[in-house]
Amino acid sequence: MKPDVYGVMAEFDNPTDLVNATRAVCEQGYKKLDTYTPFPIEELNDILHLHKNKLSLIVLVGGLLGGLSGFLLQYFVTVIYFPINVAGRPLDSWPAYIIITFELTILLGCISAVFGMLALCGLPMPYHPVFNVPRFSAASHDRFFLCIEAADPLFDMEKTSGLLETLEAKEVSEVAH
Amino acid sequence: MADEQQVIEKPEPHEILAKGYTFGTITDQIAAVVLTKRTPLLWIVGIGTGFALLNLLLLSATLLFAKGVGIWGIRTPVMWGFAITNFVWWIGIGHAGTLISAILLLLNQKWRNSINRFAEAMTLFAVACAGMFPLLHMGRPWLFYWLFPYPNSTTVQPNFRSPLVWDVFAVSTYATVSALFWFVGLIPDLGTLRDRAKNSFAKYAYGMLAMGWRGSARHWSVYETATLLLAGMSTPLVLSVHTVVSFDFTIAIVPGWHSTFFPPYFVAGAIYSGFAMVLALAIPLRASYGLEGIITARHLDNCAKVMLATGMIVAYAYIMEVFMSWYSGSVYEQQAFWNRMTGPYSTQYWFLVTCNIVSPNLLWFKSFRSKPALLFLSSIIVLIGMWLERYMIIVSSLAQDYVPSSWSLFHATRWDWATYWGTIGLFLFLFFLFVRLLPMISIFEVRTLLPQAKVRQEVKR
Repeated sequence: MKPDVYGVMAEFDNPTDLVNATRAVCEQGYKKLDTYTPFPIEELNDILHLHKNKLSLIVLVGGLLGGLSGFLLQYFVTVIYFPINVAGRPLDSWPAYIIITFELTILLGCISAVFGMLALCGLPMPYHPVFNVPRFSAASHDRFFLCIEAADPLFDMEKTSGLLETLEAKEVSEVAH
Repeated sequence: MADEQQVIEKPEPHEILAKGYTFGTITDQIAAVVLTKRTPLLWIVGIGTGFALLNLLLLSATLLFAKGVGIWGIRTPVMWGFAITNFVWWIGIGHAGTLISAILLLLNQKWRNSINRFAEAMTLFAVACAGMFPLLHMGRPWLFYWLFPYPNSTTVQPNFRSPLVWDVFAVSTYATVSALFWFVGLIPDLGTLRDRAKNSFAKYAYGMLAMGWRGSARHWSVYETATLLLAGMSTPLVLSVHTVVSFDFTIAIVPGWHSTFFPPYFVAGAIYSGFAMVLALAIPLRASYGLEGIITARHLDNCAKVMLATGMIVAYAYIMEVFMSWYSGSVYEQQAFWNRMTGPYSTQYWFLVTCNIVSPNLLWFKSFRSKPALLFLSSIIVLIGMWLERYMIIVSSLAQDYVPSSWSLFHATRWDWATYWGTIGLFLFLFFLFVRLLPMISIFEVRTLLPQAKVRQEVKR
């Protein structure tokens, strides 16, 4: 059965309170939670174990593919498809290929960084339940939010809200679907 | 409780931002530039001038399409003339934006956060202006796609051993990467604008562009990795772009071009002119939009110092250029420089030396650097000087190369000037449009500079 709420959201007016509350909630054993802040906060990465992601690997693969395709493209054109004999000089003049190989490495690396980032974040996602909280627009302004999702096994509407209220939250509200 | 927490912070000698800002006020101040109807006189004058000059570009481009490149002053042997001068000048200006957004990010220079957004926009528009010139210079611009390797019925392919083809790849990669990096930086701020906008169309438009950004911690961690990787890749890219531009010259055997120090010399010159453009844009913008609290005297001072440092590298390069031509023992090299200093282009040569080597020495003085009006003037002088430098390199070397019987001077026509001023119009028009429609200062990055953004460690009780 789908729970009838998405979760509970607590609002804080400074990053320190948010970090302390997130730490406390994690120590209670909650796993399915997320914070919403107007700028990146390093400490949350420690608490939520977010230091590793797959983006570097995606970019590495993208960059290698770019470099390889750049080199092979030039090799194919100058040696096989459209060879030009300039006074018997070697057709496979690889030093001349380095620049375009490099540029295509960077190009595909950057494209995979941007699209990889969007894919890992699940963007574009115009609708998300947290936007239903009326005060949530302040998350891009000057407020800091912590949301415990109903999908968490420990989630209990009253207990979880009670816990958040003890953590110096300015306001605790329900997040509708 | 808040007052029981102990704050341990080193006092900063020069604050990056003015005191007294909160997350709310700093957001409102930057977002207000876009979201209110109040437009300062500078904006109206700027976009008006830009639009007028943009029409001049349209006129001269139309005439060029109708009549061909003969409307410009390019005649044998000076076939590059204004077009390539302007191309190198514009693309050099773009370099400061990437330097600020990528290299200063990697070097953890926090002050860059106030100026990186509009500097990146400047990069993007400068590259757009730069791109106009090789296209228009082709003679048949509608066949530009012949530059790219693609299977075609003639089975002819580009020559990958030519620096001109390298340039196509370098510049198009640079334009794409700059646009991507700029847009990634904009996403969180577009979210802010979506949430602040009152007008429903603006809310919808910013909302679509923000793609549902909600500032989740999981997103921020991936986002920061992406920014770091993009900065890491843009850093060698920006240095490579002007290197490749300089290869257009050094790979040729024209006297005055064929030398190995062109790449670092060009990169330093690019950053020099780029920072001059950053100052020329920042000083009027901060004054007319009242952003002195965010783009502070410290920013101007730092930009001026970068200008001074790169200006000195350029000065060194000028001296080495002359020395190497003498030391090479080649009469053609020596003649090329003798012609520059005493020949038909000597006025321009000494004028550019005054602009680029003599004038930046005023920046050694702190009292000079602390006066925005003087800095503005000095940056305009540098921009003129750097344009003349490219003009000198291209025109004087081509006009008088090996065989005196083929020497001929370059005379710019009114359409050379019209196209050049037209791209300045394109740049101004795009830039002021950007200032009106998107946040010109990165809001979320400026928030991280506030002292209250630091998470305080609670003292164990």
